[in-house]
Amino acid sequence: MLARTADNLFWLARYMERADFVARIVDAALRLSALPKAYGGDNGEWESALSSAGAFERYNEVHGIIDARRVIDFLVFDERNSSSIINCIEQGRTNGRAVRTALTVEMWRSVNDGWLNLRYYQAMRQEGVDYDRERLAELIEFVKKTSLDFDGSAYRTMLRNDAYFFQRLGLYVERADNTARLLDVKYNILLPDTEVVGGSLDYFQWTALLRAVSAHTAYYWVYRDGVKPWLVADLLILREEMPRSLIGCYENIVRFLDAIGRAYGRQGAAQRHARNVYSRLSHANMKDIFNAGLHEFITGFVEDNNLLGTEITHQYLTY
Amino acid sequence: MRSVYQRVQSWLETSPPALLASRREQAELMFRRIGITFAVYGDKDSTERLIPFDIIPRLLARSEWLRLEAGLVQRVRALNMFLADLYGRGEILKAGLIPHDIIYRNQHFRPEMAHWRVPHDVYVHIAGIDIVRVDENDFYVLEDNARTPSGVSYMLENREVMMRLWPDLFSRHSVAPVENYPDELLACLRSVAPPMAGGEPTIVVLTPGQYNSAYYEHSFLADKLGVELVEGRDLFVDDNKVFMRTTRGPKRVDVIYRRLDDDFLDPAVFRADSALGVAGLMSAYTSGHVTLANAVGTGIADDKAVYTYMPEIIRFYLGEEPLLKNVPTWRCREPEALAYVLDHLSELVVKEVNGSGGYGMLVGPHASKAEIAEFALKLKNNASNFIAQPTLSLSTCPTWFEKGIAPRHVDLRPFVLTGADGVRVVPGGLTRVALKEGSLVVNSSQGGGTKDTWVVDDISGGAM
Repeated sequence: MLARTADNLFWLARYMERADFVARIVDAALRLSALPKAYGGDNGEWESALSSAGAFERYNEVHGIIDARRVIDFLVFDERNSSSIINCIEQGRTNGRAVRTALTVEMWRSVNDGWLNLRYYQAMRQEGVDYDRERLAELIEFVKKTSLDFDGSAYRTMLRNDAYFFQRLGLYVERADNTARLLDVKYNILLPDTEVVGGSLDYFQWTALLRAVSAHTAYYWVYRDGVKPWLVADLLILREEMPRSLIGCYENIVRFLDAIGRAYGRQGAAQRHARNVYSRLSHANMKDIFNAGLHEFITGFVEDNNLLGTEITHQYLTY
Repeated sequence: MRSVYQRVQSWLETSPPALLASRREQAELMFRRIGITFAVYGDKDSTERLIPFDIIPRLLARSEWLRLEAGLVQRVRALNMFLADLYGRGEILKAGLIPHDIIYRNQHFRPEMAHWRVPHDVYVHIAGIDIVRVDENDFYVLEDNARTPSGVSYMLENREVMMRLWPDLFSRHSVAPVENYPDELLACLRSVAPPMAGGEPTIVVLTPGQYNSAYYEHSFLADKLGVELVEGRDLFVDDNKVFMRTTRGPKRVDVIYRRLDDDFLDPAVFRADSALGVAGLMSAYTSGHVTLANAVGTGIADDKAVYTYMPEIIRFYLGEEPLLKNVPTWRCREPEALAYVLDHLSELVVKEVNGSGGYGMLVGPHASKAEIAEFALKLKNNASNFIAQPTLSLSTCPTWFEKGIAPRHVDLRPFVLTGADGVRVVPGGLTRVALKEGSLVVNSSQGGGTKDTWVVDDISGGAM
């Protein structure tokens, strides 16, 4: 297939996944910021949300002072923020339109409908319609559903050939990056410490983190235990059955890169690098990770994941 | 109403208006779903617009079609021979049949094409010949489109939608299918691959990109042909061979169905500021390593001054009388003609020789005194840039409106394919309809719509 087609499919998947992630971050921050101060609620949440979305610096340039309404606006509607939901969907649609024939009708429809509706939300916003919590919740649900529609359409309707493999690769590279960023912003609350379990002020932070990756229920199924920070970290990093865990993402990345390698009869640097990352995750345990430093571990992972993106681009997507 | 419409007429009379209205809505929904031009409603962005579709088909009897088809084949054969001659020995100019300056001063004449032969001597692989009729018997050619005629996706999508809207009406007519067009096109493109390309030539569709108004059609055709839709940046030239950049590395390209105008094809030869083309493409082309469809320099045949010589062109190359008529045309470059045109502006249609899309023309009967005066000035200043034609009483076809069914003027663009193995036409074409009452301008950029075109067995033919 054309390198440009693969590139557009890869990025379309990334943008649709990122839109979903930003929606979840806003959702989690809304929840936390609604808590009384005594339960850990404060403006720190909005700063974290910006950092997790990779938009903190840009926000500082544009606004400076942290203010809930402005942050929400910046994350959802602001075209000056390259990762705002509106920009993600717009970019995704542009990628999709450029390779219209490589998409199934269902995929195109989910992106196009999402885009049309979001423009409608944006127009209401620009006309000064107040975005109260109810309206915002509706919008967040809508964005999550759009990504879900897109993902489901791709899964159910695409031929299992290289187009599908590149589409899936984009999804998992983006997802790994998102989970890692979330962990990086919150690593300090996940460190095992001496605080009494259950009595921690951080309890709601942990559950918010779980919700942001839709793993709140999954946690109880996996551990059958109360929420403990090191287990939250374990779930998001090392549990293969958790679809947003770093290892879960890499299992898929390795699988789809191998599929491409088989289809083309040739392996390359991208395959080797992905297998290395996956192998390191498979042999890791939380104790060693904590001992060596959670922050360092995550920073290292983000760098590795970026390197993989570069290798994939170099090997397949350059034109 | 002609007899071929009998069954359509009785169908219209017996169908409740509410049914027609609801089917029309259904049709619009289908087009939106298909994403034809990616309809975006409430959007000012005019690159994404739906062209109005009329639910009443336009009918041609098979016997009429056969006459038309023979005329189209004849005309396109002559066009190809004419272009091969112009870029070759120039016999027709030597014979003094066409003034030299009409050719050499035309911006669409490409000296780069002179004195070498394109693969299989085919210049116009895909032609769109615009046809009108003014009476029961005659077809007239309104203009020839030999560059990159568009609209074929509408011919195909209109048919798909109509088959779903009116299955009963279809079963009451024997409608000749058009769905084999992509297969015919593919066969045509394969047949013109450079001789050295081998058995399975690689074919691509070259588009200017997603912001082009016909992008939907480009992606539609690539999809139906099962070939890659490429942009200029997907291609590169190495050692006079064309390659596309794929995920497996460079892949050799043999035939390019290009939907990009000559000017933008190769920044090294034509417009240097074009970012849409491929540097070195012309050199690969002239060295015989790749086929471009249509060939470079075919625009000369679209010229409305050249058009006026088509009857002579057909006689010169084929030794036959033209089967399709030309609309009588005054060449304003000739003093007597200019004098006549200036005296009769309010009755005539005046067009620029290189104009297209219904722009830059004067429709005398619909123009104000001031507009006529203004146009007269333009005409006097640059007479050879214009031709004039009588206002034809174009045929009409019943068309659906909310207030009821009313006649509207139509034309027809059949698509004529020329490969190494001959000329073929699928039975039908794109019918364009002027939706404004009394209007003769059918261009979609000027408020025109489209209809499905049915070639049906003659009533007397005893169709089941």
